[in-house]
Amino acid sequence: MLELILALFPRAVVQGIPLLFGSTGETLTEKAGNLNLGIPGVMYVGAISGVIGSFFYEQSVGDGQLNGFLAIAIPMACSLLGSFLMGLLYSFLTVTLRANQNVTGLAMTTFGIGFGNFFGGSLILIAGADVPSIALSRTSAFFSKSLPFADRCGVLGKLFLSYGFLAYLAIFVGFATSRILRHTRVGLHIRSVGESPATADAAGINVMRYKYFCTCIGCMIAGLGGLYYVMDYACGVWSNDAFGDRGWLAIALVIFTIWRPSVGVFASILFGGLYILYLYIPSGMDHMEYKELYKMIPYVVTLIVLVITSMRNKRENQPPASLGLSYFREDR
Amino acid sequence: MNNHKEPLFHIVKREEMIWYRAWGIRLIAIVAALIVCAILTTVLTGDNPIQVYATIIKGAFGSKRKAWITFQDLSVLLIIAVALTPAFRMRFWNIGGEGQVLIGGLSAAACMICLGDRLPNWLIIVCMVCSSLIAGAIWGFIPAFFKAKWNTNETLATLMLNYIATQLVAFYTIVWEVPKGSGKIGIINQNSNIGWLPDLFGNKYILTIVVALIVTIGMTIYLRYTKHGYELIVVGESENTAHYVGIKVEKVVIRTMMMSGAICALAGLLLVGSINHTVTTTIAGGQGFTAVMVSWLAKFDPLAMIGTSLLIVFLERGAGEISTTFHLNHSFSDILTGIILFFIIGCEFFIQYRIAFHKKEGRRG
Repeated sequence: MLELILALFPRAVVQGIPLLFGSTGETLTEKAGNLNLGIPGVMYVGAISGVIGSFFYEQSVGDGQLNGFLAIAIPMACSLLGSFLMGLLYSFLTVTLRANQNVTGLAMTTFGIGFGNFFGGSLILIAGADVPSIALSRTSAFFSKSLPFADRCGVLGKLFLSYGFLAYLAIFVGFATSRILRHTRVGLHIRSVGESPATADAAGINVMRYKYFCTCIGCMIAGLGGLYYVMDYACGVWSNDAFGDRGWLAIALVIFTIWRPSVGVFASILFGGLYILYLYIPSGMDHMEYKELYKMIPYVVTLIVLVITSMRNKRENQPPASLGLSYFREDR
Repeated sequence: MNNHKEPLFHIVKREEMIWYRAWGIRLIAIVAALIVCAILTTVLTGDNPIQVYATIIKGAFGSKRKAWITFQDLSVLLIIAVALTPAFRMRFWNIGGEGQVLIGGLSAAACMICLGDRLPNWLIIVCMVCSSLIAGAIWGFIPAFFKAKWNTNETLATLMLNYIATQLVAFYTIVWEVPKGSGKIGIINQNSNIGWLPDLFGNKYILTIVVALIVTIGMTIYLRYTKHGYELIVVGESENTAHYVGIKVEKVVIRTMMMSGAICALAGLLLVGSINHTVTTTIAGGQGFTAVMVSWLAKFDPLAMIGTSLLIVFLERGAGEISTTFHLNHSFSDILTGIILFFIIGCEFFIQYRIAFHKKEGRRG
């Protein structure tokens, strides 16, 4: 049993980190009252932008030695820029032009996944590889480099110190977002914008600025999830549609944690574990079908949590009151 | 804040705009989007834009077969969009079309496989229709019930149900896989054609198109001229008003969503019974989400959805042709669709609001 946990836990963590990035970003966005269903698309864009950046960097260097700092900074900057632009587009449409958030989000997802797969496919053509994927293993080595003494720390090292730096960044961002939302003035303003924009406006808070700010930062955080997936989890191998439905799972995680990023740090590991639990169920070759049912668990659990929180109807566990509604000052 | 700088303009809500001006604005947006798409395609392929559009049209209507497939795809998308509409009119954000289609298709396939040789063919088809409608209705009932009882967020609930349906299909795909270990079902009853929906007028595409037309016209009548249609619009406008006039809101929500789910499942039935004769997890192909946009673009008017779904399907098939002709990735169509959607989504602002510029002399010192 202990061995199973030892084997499962690190894999659950690496599965959970992309979800954690995605859900932290989405929580921040939703706290300011915007339901961004474009997160799956944003994560694709974040991933592919990073891949494009590092692809051209590796090409330009050729066979020479990669500069460690640039190998990390270029993909990071590209990824952040790509997802920032997606966030900007979303907030321009929903906040400035007051478009319907659900429709805009779904359009962003269509666009983002198409964008990722299209440029992924084009890079594969440029690279001229035999397999339909791009391998950026040299860049990936920098991303997945763990602490040098992790191997020497035995079990604890394997459980807690064996991850790339983005994983620790994800956990830090999760706790930091939680703290900012709950204990700072900025967080108070963000929450008030999400609960009642009219009241916030009357109190002199710039509603538009906060909505823009939260959506863009939220998208950038979510985009890093895509980057982590490609560079660390997938060892720098991009293949089309490999990211799968993790974006939607990240949105599910937001509900599961009832809008608390600090809970998300632990819940994402749980979700990551549930996502790959089927690999560890001894079912034999006769009953492959049950594995598909295990994959359903995260969604069923989320649905149950959603229903229970609405049944208990505790005020602090509810979605932000103006979630999904656009705000127009003269509508009052 | 002593800074009395007056903004250059402010935004005012418009009165209802005359329909032809509204559609004029939308047309301008579509044209602008097409220009952007043409520029993008030209940059990527190096071909001239007119050639690109010729390719798009060729892809959608180039041959008789292509045209039929375009109309068939349009019909499926139209059915799903029309199905979602009553829920949207009620301000119930059903983005679970994907799951409702899948579950409908799955139950139709279940009848085809399990009842195979035991019943006469016509009875199997009746069973397929009934079971998929019921399955879809159940998939609509679940979020509606929780919404009505405890005000559970329906957007998130229907989203989760999509994946639950997907995994159910994945589960049964392996249970029924032929041959064992292949991970897919393959064409069901390939030799006996049991449970295949009949061709109309000797053409396998027409059935879907006819069903889509009936559903669209039926829904228009339902929404415009029946008591039910009126009730759900009142519920959408104001729940309190609905309470005061004695409409049972919970009943309306549950009833409408069951209908919405059942019609989505109808699309699944057609996909399995008439078009693909098999069921896979990707059979709905994201159309449950696309349909949300189709319905919204048409301002929730079923008749206008014929136009909006034509636009989307036309682009998808055309962009598919572009990608084959110019050796681009097939996802190119998603990018084009995305760009066009962004433009149309953005243009709604100019229909609903007006920008009022401040005149210099209007300022008081």
